[in-house]
Amino acid sequence: MFKTHYRLERHSIALAIAIIVVASIGGIVEIAPLFTIDETVEEAPDMRVYTPLELAGRDIYMREGCYACHSQMIRTLQDEVERYGPFSLAVESQYDYPMLWGSKRTGPDLARVGGKYSDHWHVVHLNDPREVVSESVMPAYPWLLQNRLKTEKLDLHLRTLQKLGTPYTDEMIANAVADAQGQAAPNSDQASGVAERYGEDTNIRDFDGNPDRVTEMDALVAYLQILGRLTDAAYVAQAEPQPQPVEE
Amino acid sequence: MVAQLTRNERHIGLALAVFVSLLGLAMAAGGKQDLFGIHGLIVFAFGVGSAFLLISGFHLPEPSDERLTRYYDDPIKVGLILSMIWAVFGMFMGVWVAAQLAWPALNFDMAWTSFGRIRPVHTTGVIFGFGGNALIATSFHVMQRTSRARMPDQLSPWFVLIGYNLFCVLSVTGFPIGITQSKEYAEAEWYADLWLVVVWVTYLVLYLRTLARRQEPHIYVSNWYFLAFILVVAMLHIVNGLALPISLASAKSYTIYSGVQDAMVQWWYGHNTVAFFLTAGFLGMMYYYLPTRAGRPIYSYRLSIISFWGITFFYVWVGSHHLHYTALPHWVQTLGMTFSVMLLVPSWASAANALLTLNGAWHKVRTDATLRFMMVAAVFYGLSTFEGSFTAIRAVNSLSHYTDWTVAHVHAGALGWVALITFGSIYAAVPRLWKTGQMYSPRLVEVHFWLAVAGIFVYVFAMWNSGIIQGLMWRTYNENNALAYSFIESLVAMHPYYIARTFGGLLFLCGAVVGFYNLWKTIQLAPREQEVLRDQPAAVLARSSAVQPGE
Ligand code: HEC
Ligand code: HEM
Repeated sequence: MFKTHYRLERHSIALAIAIIVVASIGGIVEIAPLFTIDETVEEAPDMRVYTPLELAGRDIYMREGCYACHSQMIRTLQDEVERYGPFSLAVESQYDYPMLWGSKRTGPDLARVGGKYSDHWHVVHLNDPREVVSESVMPAYPWLLQNRLKTEKLDLHLRTLQKLGTPYTDEMIANAVADAQGQAAPNSDQASGVAERYGEDTNIRDFDGNPDRVTEMDALVAYLQILGRLTDAAYVAQAEPQPQPVEE
Repeated sequence: MVAQLTRNERHIGLALAVFVSLLGLAMAAGGKQDLFGIHGLIVFAFGVGSAFLLISGFHLPEPSDERLTRYYDDPIKVGLILSMIWAVFGMFMGVWVAAQLAWPALNFDMAWTSFGRIRPVHTTGVIFGFGGNALIATSFHVMQRTSRARMPDQLSPWFVLIGYNLFCVLSVTGFPIGITQSKEYAEAEWYADLWLVVVWVTYLVLYLRTLARRQEPHIYVSNWYFLAFILVVAMLHIVNGLALPISLASAKSYTIYSGVQDAMVQWWYGHNTVAFFLTAGFLGMMYYYLPTRAGRPIYSYRLSIISFWGITFFYVWVGSHHLHYTALPHWVQTLGMTFSVMLLVPSWASAANALLTLNGAWHKVRTDATLRFMMVAAVFYGLSTFEGSFTAIRAVNSLSHYTDWTVAHVHAGALGWVALITFGSIYAAVPRLWKTGQMYSPRLVEVHFWLAVAGIFVYVFAMWNSGIIQGLMWRTYNENNALAYSFIESLVAMHPYYIARTFGGLLFLCGAVVGFYNLWKTIQLAPREQEVLRDQPAAVLARSSAVQPGE
């Protein structure tokens, strides 16, 4: 063996090829089957896609680096299930490009935070967390209420995700901008199309408490309120009743 | 600098610089409505800056062929200086990030300074800025010396170095303004990723071309590690980085993986960045600078072979230990755990090989802080690989995951191993590169050493404590069989440790500042060009016996 190596280390190209081969095996064995084995991701016929507004909120969640402090993955451990709710299933992040499972819990897990608090609570909390939880170390995000949400390119976002395999229809893409505006303005003409395209259960509300403008806060809160609620597969599988969302 | 380039190289360089400027201009114009435009301007500035540098020296006489009898060290020198600048910058960001967890008001309620945006600036700054520049610079040094061959041309090393730093700058300027893919350690967006591929391929080709010119029949161990570093990082970066931009005039892209597959790809990438960036590359450094500094040959050639192939093979399997008890299929988790435990064998073989090399040179470790940096680095390498294998065991991971224990582990490795071996190597390389015989002040090297070691201990012990307390509080039940502590109670318990960690980090940062000052003063001592001793590939190096493979 050492003799072979003695020869190998005299040829740079052979050495390079050997490195590539040896270093590829593990990745191929562990990753490739995840795309081919059907049981990897559970079936959930009721699973719905993110609305354009929620998608924009998810984008803000990534931009602000919320994932650096919050996980979205409840592990199969008893204390976690008791603290945060039914453990996460693979299907629940099926449309998450990229996934936001996180690796550090400076703050609590958010996988099932949807419906746990009112919109108003989130708005106050995001604007200044210490107003709600005095010991919090979470940063304040006062600019979310001030920044108008940029919706212009949302159709491009949906189109890209459609290419990658998310079941957005062409109609959803064509109406992406209007739907984003409509979801945050329940009394507008644009609101009706949202429920038509994304389902009656979609939250169509003025999330940030300011009916005149669609802000980044609208988008982020819309996203937080849907976390854990795209499908009830986890509740069905673990025989737990899905909690009712809090009302204002 | 430009004086060392041939006329032909100046022309190609200028053409490249103009091309990059135009690319930047196109990005800036196309992305006017988008943050993309800002990055266009940065690319443009890089291009124009490089063009300006080249033009300012364009008329200088060409270098004589005499240069070919010497090693080409200019890019190495600049790389080491850049590395120290990134060290101070990245660690300052680390201290700031740490301070925000103790005192959240320290982000001054501004968007671009808030925790989630600058944490990746810290990680990218230290890993890719500090670590990456040190790896590129030392690899250029080591490959030439151990091959006894000059680099094949003068342009490509500059392209690699400057191009790589453009990538780093695009990364750390992007996160604060909101450009991010949010994939840990791969946050940079699609165009920066593409650019890095171009740079990296050039790097690989340069490496292979230099090896092809070697006057030694055997390729020395360090080069195996550097090769593995370059090749596997390319593979990881390309596979993990595959993404579809929403338009060619927008910074935003969507990765092609989702959910559970994305998680596996992400941690396959993430952990192998630890393996092939933060381990293999730095082992390459260690296998050269430690024996040359100690004046002892590597203890065992066979141990080097076993640990090299062990590390290359086992590491790739272990990424899934970041996903224990998650929605990732159980069989993958089990594979990850099993290989993580086996990985301890080649890891300790490397650490032992390094420490046993010091047999017969321990008196030097006592008096020479540079060698001591490397010795302590090898000890921390052993410790943190043990901790890694330990926390990869599912039952242990159920406690440690998501807590500060992971942060303690990361920094035992990052500060104790990566940063210390780098500082040691820089202190060993600088006097040789600038021909000063020794650093400006060996006393300051000593000061840096103790600041660094003290900083690591404060940091790591604080985070071990907080991590374990946090993990235990989350899972403790009271007599009524209910969870005993709220999340907020665990958060409050962390406060003193977050203060202590900030202080430890500050000590470590002060050490880096002292190191930078010492480097600066040493450069000023450097003799002028004409007086330089001849440092030739052809002449047999006095120390070369220490760097040959063989028992
Ligand atoms: C520095 C780390 C940090 C960052 C960054 C951070 N958070 Fe938090 N978050 C916390 C902490 C700590 C708590 C617990 C105390 C509290 O409620 O404020 C928390 C609590 C929360 C809660 C309440 C969870 C619950 O179940 O009670 C929500 C919702 C939340 N954060 C959302 C966000 C969003 C959205 C972002 C990004 C815009 C974000 N956080 C960024 C640390 C952070
Ligand atoms: C002055 C020294 C340093 C300080 C004060 C510091 C501080 C920090 C802080 C506060 C975090 C965030 C932890 C959290 O989210 O709770 C962090 C993360 C991290 N740092 Fe550092 N750091 C320092 C040096 C380094 C160096 C030199 C490296 C690598 C070479 C490094 C690599 C990392 C990595 C990889 C993470 C992410 C950890 C994870 O996700 O678990 N750090 N650091």
